[in-house]
Amino acid sequence: MVAVQETVDRVRRIDVDQYRYGFETLIESEKAPKGLSEDIVRFISEKKSEPAWMLEWRLEAYRRWLTMTEPTWARVNYPKIDYQDLYYYAAPKPKKTLSSIDEIDPEILKTYEKLGIPLREVAILEGVEPPPGGEPSEQRRIAVDAVFDSVSVATTFQKELKKAGVIFMPISEAIREHPELVRKYLGSVVPTSDNFFATLNSAVFSDGSFVYVPPGVRCPMELSTYFRINERNTGQFERTLIIADKGSYVSYLEGCTAPQRDENQLHAAVVELVALDDAEIKYSTVQNWYPGNSEGKGGIYNFVTKRGECRGANSKISWTQVETGSAITWKYPSCILRGDHSRGEFYSIAISNGYQQVDSGTKMIHLGKNTSSRIISKGIAAGKSQNTYRGLVTAHRKATGARNYTACDSLLIGDKCGAHTVPYVEAKNSSATFEHEATTSKISEDVLFYCVQRGLSQEEAVGLVVNGFVKDVLQQLPMEFAVEAQKLISISLEGSVG
Amino acid sequence: MNLVLSKTDSGRAVSNVFVKANGRLPGAGSVADIRARAFEAYKRAGLPHRRIEEWKYTDLRVLMHHVLPLAPQPDAAALARARAAVAQAAVEKRAVEGAAKLVLVDGVFSPNLSDIAELGQSVNVRTLREVLDDPANEGRGDLLLTTTTDAVISLNAAMVTDGVVITVTDGTELCRPIQIVHVATTSSASSFTRSHLRLGKGVQAAVVESFVAVEGARNHQANDAVIVSVGEAANLDHLHVMVGGADATNISSGFFVLEASAKLKLFSMNCGGAVSRYQAFITLAGEGSELSANGINLVRDKQHGDTTLIVDHVVPHCTSRANFRAAVDDRGHSVFQGRIIVRPDAQKTDGRMMTRALLLSDEAEADNKPELDICADDVTCGHGAASGALDEALLFYLRARGLSEKEAQALLIQAFLGEAIEEIADRTLREFAILQAERWLGARG
Repeated sequence: MVAVQETVDRVRRIDVDQYRYGFETLIESEKAPKGLSEDIVRFISEKKSEPAWMLEWRLEAYRRWLTMTEPTWARVNYPKIDYQDLYYYAAPKPKKTLSSIDEIDPEILKTYEKLGIPLREVAILEGVEPPPGGEPSEQRRIAVDAVFDSVSVATTFQKELKKAGVIFMPISEAIREHPELVRKYLGSVVPTSDNFFATLNSAVFSDGSFVYVPPGVRCPMELSTYFRINERNTGQFERTLIIADKGSYVSYLEGCTAPQRDENQLHAAVVELVALDDAEIKYSTVQNWYPGNSEGKGGIYNFVTKRGECRGANSKISWTQVETGSAITWKYPSCILRGDHSRGEFYSIAISNGYQQVDSGTKMIHLGKNTSSRIISKGIAAGKSQNTYRGLVTAHRKATGARNYTACDSLLIGDKCGAHTVPYVEAKNSSATFEHEATTSKISEDVLFYCVQRGLSQEEAVGLVVNGFVKDVLQQLPMEFAVEAQKLISISLEGSVG
Repeated sequence: MNLVLSKTDSGRAVSNVFVKANGRLPGAGSVADIRARAFEAYKRAGLPHRRIEEWKYTDLRVLMHHVLPLAPQPDAAALARARAAVAQAAVEKRAVEGAAKLVLVDGVFSPNLSDIAELGQSVNVRTLREVLDDPANEGRGDLLLTTTTDAVISLNAAMVTDGVVITVTDGTELCRPIQIVHVATTSSASSFTRSHLRLGKGVQAAVVESFVAVEGARNHQANDAVIVSVGEAANLDHLHVMVGGADATNISSGFFVLEASAKLKLFSMNCGGAVSRYQAFITLAGEGSELSANGINLVRDKQHGDTTLIVDHVVPHCTSRANFRAAVDDRGHSVFQGRIIVRPDAQKTDGRMMTRALLLSDEAEADNKPELDICADDVTCGHGAASGALDEALLFYLRARGLSEKEAQALLIQAFLGEAIEEIADRTLREFAILQAERWLGARG
């Protein structure tokens, strides 16, 4: 149906200011010279006081990157990125050496406050000081690593985590303090030669989080990293490495936002997860980078490689993602199911509006015996956006008893958007059992009529149906995120009826 | 490095093939220009390989290596062998009973082996060679053009030697199926054929294409294209059968355009050949048109069978259904790629696609890629894919009732394939398909 003028106007109005995190923090920063060269790679490595092996690793990646070409198979269109027109390193200028959180630039603290991310441990309880001697309640505690442009500015609850033996710190520090762990695992899931963007990341990554959970430890709280792009013309390249040793458990959350700008900014991250025997990693993302304005101007190009390896028997990796931001999303959180009886899960909600383009999905690579995986993907396309699910399920010859269930549904709102499903299902032995189903539909008029008739506005009714539609995925999110995600969904869909 | 080498090698070999074949290819002037352009397009791309998305699972550089030289013009001996093979096929029930045959031997139409006279007044059959060689026919070059193209289709346009151009006048109800039979009589050679089928308004027809090789013809490569337009309210039952030699390569492309209220029942049956690829491009171009596309893929040994189906909904109110089954034994490799495209204007589209693969051996491989590509919001589209082994519980049930392991398996496989075969509307065609499937099952022992 054709949108009435009133709706069109409303969409435009909402589209532009729907992004709540578009503010910019005015802060002095230190940048590497523009462009990419071996010198820049050396510069970044030096800034981080890295050991020689790390610099070698980066340089090798850089040299390989020079020989690679940008992939074009994804269903996204964007003008060619000039990789020499970017700053590869930007850090808030430190005023002096920091010894406590109080010494962090108040501007940065304010930024995170505005984003609703408390960096003061006491502020966790909804900003209320806990009673003297009182511990914050067990449930609401989250340790946060805040990454601002290229560097980590603060990591909370360090002390308490240390007590449990959990290492949670910026990866730049981990390279210095735990070189044996980093060397062993870095690049073991996503090798430096993996793909164009991952290789670029390997050469120039500046910061990110490092997590190591020792054998048998259940991480006492949720871990979280909050990424913020602030500087103009910078690319953000963070690297996250999470290792869950035998029998351990960790739940990790990731959030990201960026200011509203007319130019496009590049974000190319790499996330590696390693789960050893009986370990479990739960990785949740709410991706809310700036999506561009209602004319499709600006926004983040999000080219991310996320991969987890269930290396040990009975291990489990679960990805949950809520994708609402970015002008372009190119992201396929995957699981390599190497250990026998290991399990991979992927729950995703991808919402696109305006001129956003999403090409996202997962890969489940079954290598071990009796491995199982489950994929639930919900795509919602509105406005003039294009939303693609692209997923691979494959069972190796020796992966006997592999099982997969995939359900990917798409919802279209409006007649200018597109939803695409591109699943690859490869069975290479007879005991692999794969099921895949996908549907595309619009919200039924009957259902909307029913809701409206009972007093809901048209938009509330759509919100209700959409929430029901994505419930399967939201249930997998940790509580704090579920609330946030629900809010995001209603924002993204505002004004899309008509 | 190897890839580059093999590309130049096959490129050079084909260049020779094209140059050598030149005197034998019909059509001068504008037709020759179109051929040259098509060949250039092929040469740029080379044989499709796994880095080409549409050919991801069927890497012809590995499976075919290179294009073999064009088969020579069949002589009397070849025609006699072809005649014997056609007669033998009828005896062995490898031909559709009662069908009017149009026979192409090594890519050349053979009037003596064909039953043109039996088709009647309302069916006009000319050979492609005739049409391409007719300078009075201005639009003859269009016969070499298709809506979609890729390297193998370009190669077909460049190298095509013959085919049939069938026109059925409005309102005709054909009382017997038309069977286009491709016979290969030479070894280590290739043939390129292209046929056109134009069905007028309200026509009812059943058409079969089949490929056979005479005894002793080894390693034959066939590249065929069929371009079909189904007129308003016309009804076509179309069966594509590949039962050729065990070392044959068959690349077939089908192009179908459906006018308003037209109905197409397409069935692809692949149970032979070392490498076969059937790619069908179906455009639902008239409102109210309906497609039912089904097929079975039976592969064993080291056979490679690929069915690729692109269903393009261009206008509103069209329906498409697709149901594909594969049974994969030994080290066979079955591929199904399907895509439902819904264009921005094609509201009220109802499209569904299902593909299932049965893996009968531990070394069998089945790859499924069912895609949806939707640009309109008021539609219902769905697809499904499943693969797995025979259900142990069902096997046990049948064994408990006294069936042998093989019998129990055969019964279950038959039921599995039957669901797709049942979709063939024409009784003769359906029985023919059932017979071929049973024969394949019988050979499992």
